[in-house]
Amino acid sequence: MKAIVRVRLKSGILDPQGKAVNNALHHLGYNEIQDVRIGKLIELTIENGSAGNIQNRLQEASHKLLANPIIEDYEIEIIEENK
Amino acid sequence: MKSAIIVFPGSNCDHDMYHALQVLGHDAEYVWHKNSNLDDFDLVALPGGFSYGDYLRAGAIAHFSPIMQELLRFANRGRFVIGICNGFQVLTETKLLPGALLRNQNLRFLCQTVYLRVENPKTNFTAAIDIPRPLKIPIAHGEGNYFIDTAGLNELEANQQIVFRYVDRDGNAVPEANPNGSTDYIAGVINKEGNVLGMMPHPERAVDSLLGSSDGTAIFESIKQAYLKNRKAFSHA
Repeated sequence: MKAIVRVRLKSGILDPQGKAVNNALHHLGYNEIQDVRIGKLIELTIENGSAGNIQNRLQEASHKLLANPIIEDYEIEIIEENK
Repeated sequence: MKSAIIVFPGSNCDHDMYHALQVLGHDAEYVWHKNSNLDDFDLVALPGGFSYGDYLRAGAIAHFSPIMQELLRFANRGRFVIGICNGFQVLTETKLLPGALLRNQNLRFLCQTVYLRVENPKTNFTAAIDIPRPLKIPIAHGEGNYFIDTAGLNELEANQQIVFRYVDRDGNAVPEANPNGSTDYIAGVINKEGNVLGMMPHPERAVDSLLGSSDGTAIFESIKQAYLKNRKAFSHA
């Protein structure tokens, strides 16, 4: 089983990296792009059969370590693998 | 007064800190992050560097080192903690200090001299500063953009927890003097209880005028005097 945690800066927080990429895109002529914000995608491989409260466990792990809730939001997606 | 300098994998200002503390008459010792006993110490210094390569977020992984649980106990007993640069990042990650440190607004790693205005001259870390102009102290960081939300900022103000602000040479907080985009020019904050200080600039690199400035000396001197004043509270039972 896999899980994907997407971490991004909260909406009010300036993302200078996104701004720089936005400018670079404009230099390349992609002027229709209005804003860029960059986050992190964290892919976790999880022991099969640990389904139970995995959502809660990942919530806890994200809150404790994967994201800093003062500046970042996160979303967790659990992907069951079909055999 | 005994000082511990916590060494994480990737710390790189631990020797500068050791030098500063020694020169200024503190008894200093390195403590590896896997240790878990700080009973003998009165001051803990979290030095600059790139603990755990700054993976994930600066300070995020160091926060879970064995020594950090002990550091929480140490701080809760009212002993002194100073976190500089990466040490400040670790202190915000552990929530010993409010706020967070973001990437510098201009995305560059900044290695330069800044000027700091002492906003609260009554703390354990500033009371002996007797310099009638902004302190001249170097910075060296990529993620020093202090962020705190409006409610948090109001609380910092109300409790006089903002200790240092970036200013120009004449002491004015103007946009050009803010190197990294920090909220309200904040360069250093203290906890409510007044025993934990975090700052991005490096006072331990400013203890010798031959190397550009000795203004950092007054911070370490303040800690020593605060300790001598409160010696009883620090007794190692």
